[in-house]
Amino acid sequence: MVWCAFMFHLVDISKCDLHKLEEGPPLQAVLTREEGLQYYRTMQVMRRMELKADQLYKQKIIRGFCHLYDGQEACAVGIESGINRTDHLITAYRAHGYTLTRGGTVREIMAELTGRRGGIAKGKGGSMHMYAKHFYGGNGIVGAQVPLGAGVALACKYQGKNELCVCLYGDGAANQGQIFETYNMAALWKLPCIFICENNKYGMGTSVERAAASTDYYKRGDFIPGLRVDGMDILCVREATKFAAEHCRSGKGPILMELQTYRYHGHSMSDPGISYRTREEIQEVRSKSDPISLLKDRMISNNMASVEELKEIDVEVRKEIEDAAQFATTDPEPPLEDLCNHIFSNEPPMEVRGTNPWAKLKSIS
Amino acid sequence: QTSLYINITYVTALARSKHIRQFHLTSHTQVTVRDALNQAMDEELERDERVFLLGEEVAQYDGAYKVSRGLWKKYGDKRIIDTPISEMGFAGIAVGAAMAGLRPICEFMTFNFSMQAIDQVINSAAKTYYMSAGLQPVPIVFRGPNGASAGVAAQHSQCFAAWYSHCPGLKVLSPWSAEDAKGLLKSAIRDDNPVVVLENELMYGVAFELSDEAQSKDFVIPIGKAKIERPGNHVTLVAHSRMVGFCLDAAAVLAKEGVECEVINLRTIRPLDTDTIEASIMKTNHLISVEGGWPQFGVGAEICARIMEGPAFNYLDAPAIRVTGVDIPMPYAKILEDNSVPQIKDIIFSVKKTLNM
Repeated sequence: MVWCAFMFHLVDISKCDLHKLEEGPPLQAVLTREEGLQYYRTMQVMRRMELKADQLYKQKIIRGFCHLYDGQEACAVGIESGINRTDHLITAYRAHGYTLTRGGTVREIMAELTGRRGGIAKGKGGSMHMYAKHFYGGNGIVGAQVPLGAGVALACKYQGKNELCVCLYGDGAANQGQIFETYNMAALWKLPCIFICENNKYGMGTSVERAAASTDYYKRGDFIPGLRVDGMDILCVREATKFAAEHCRSGKGPILMELQTYRYHGHSMSDPGISYRTREEIQEVRSKSDPISLLKDRMISNNMASVEELKEIDVEVRKEIEDAAQFATTDPEPPLEDLCNHIFSNEPPMEVRGTNPWAKLKSIS
Repeated sequence: QTSLYINITYVTALARSKHIRQFHLTSHTQVTVRDALNQAMDEELERDERVFLLGEEVAQYDGAYKVSRGLWKKYGDKRIIDTPISEMGFAGIAVGAAMAGLRPICEFMTFNFSMQAIDQVINSAAKTYYMSAGLQPVPIVFRGPNGASAGVAAQHSQCFAAWYSHCPGLKVLSPWSAEDAKGLLKSAIRDDNPVVVLENELMYGVAFELSDEAQSKDFVIPIGKAKIERPGNHVTLVAHSRMVGFCLDAAAVLAKEGVECEVINLRTIRPLDTDTIEASIMKTNHLISVEGGWPQFGVGAEICARIMEGPAFNYLDAPAIRVTGVDIPMPYAKILEDNSVPQIKDIIFSVKKTLNM
């Protein structure tokens, strides 16, 4: 079948609930074939990468904390498609997906999870501390990333480069005091900050109803305009992000987006995720709202791609993940000489005390 | 507090005017610690566009303790930012700004309030360069008054030297004199890493001679190097901040009895200049550390532990001891407060005990 090179489709997307906004994102999105294939591929890579991480964790090759993102792919991929590469982004610990969209490779992400020297942070950070250009992690302390993100936005405004910062947090973090302190300062100083609450309905094992007096997270910024977005539809997320970015870049100050999404895994690998929600609920989301399936169905029903073509992409993706996993399991661990390095930036070599007074270890920048 | 400030300014003005008469004889100027800090920030703000100051009352109020006086008028809203009372929030914002390429100076009105923000200082600032294996530096300065003041009671009098110095990834400075204040703060601002600068409110109004060299816009004091303020042969007194002055006063009294104290001004708490302390002990054979903070797990405890583990141990003729604040929350009544921190007589007493006098 011959595909028209400039094939695109005008797709209907759902309306966003608005808070202190006269109008919201458009109700239709333009999707080109090229875009659709790219989104599909990226989300599939993300999905398979997380599932591979699940496997490696159960084999005890990945250890410690591992918070998986499968189910939420439309958020990361949708946001990235709504901003520029030169914009900035920060999130919490469920960060593998964002590390990917912000420029990390699957190899270096997986090798970081397995704690090898080829990891994106040379094995020093682990699952929750991955960094890339204009991507500030990966942050372990719930809520702490929000003031950091506003600080990045302050730097954007200060440096006058018309860049903005996307600052993500979950429904659990949304009740942190420092987030409200940040809303206040961001609004006061009109910082170019898009606050995004990824509401996946559960903060660890606590459902939103049990944690928040108001579950309208898009309204919790009070004086900050907000919108509530279907986080399972990548085009919805993209259009909302573009809308929010335009708001920030026009100097109006911060804006808040709530993405309604879902995680298939438990909070982390140590949480089976079924003690506080039913298997039926998880299955229902999988069958009715899976972000990858939604995009796939849309593309097929609009004749933008064939089933076979997408299957080919799946096969490629599987191979890419296998290769990355192979690398991540065979790459050597960081050398012991690296133990005390990277304490300070731009510093002459110094001595670090080891476990006993005679252990004088070397540290270089 | 306001009246205390005015008195000190008057005294400084007197001292300065006296000096003007002697101007042709000497090239030194009397500068208060407050003004030295102000100069440091002014010079660094001028030198590097990325430097900015944020904190409560730093701009239009000229600083709660007037340390940032005149800066907002000179540099404006963009570079001198008044924050709401949101320590955790604005400390985090400052760290984020540092991550994105600026060089913030984050003022805590006192370090007691930094406790609300301590997660940002430690987990977001101090550890990030390591966690990112060198990808993400955090060039930030946290500064403000630390430790005991006068009559401000328990919640406003804590010394945080030990808490911050515990953590790898931070540098912790504790200036005493005006020269210290200027040189160390400038170094801190130029440093590409998170630096905590523990000032002292009671020292803000004290004037010191500032040499020509120290008045230069490029005068910096290296981080991690202690200074011998007064050489001596009989006992080593190691102190930081206000206690350095107390040690010098004690040394002056002891000198009349023939005891010559070597007084070391740490200047930097982390990294600690163990070499200078050890070299001194090898000369004097006696060590007393003096600090304003609480004894348990404090600066003195660390100094003693290091001396035990190092070459200077064999040179000690008596156990190394610590003179510290009393192990209690700071009381309010003057007589109680005065007896909660080391006094000169406590230092003298400890020296005599150590020397078996």
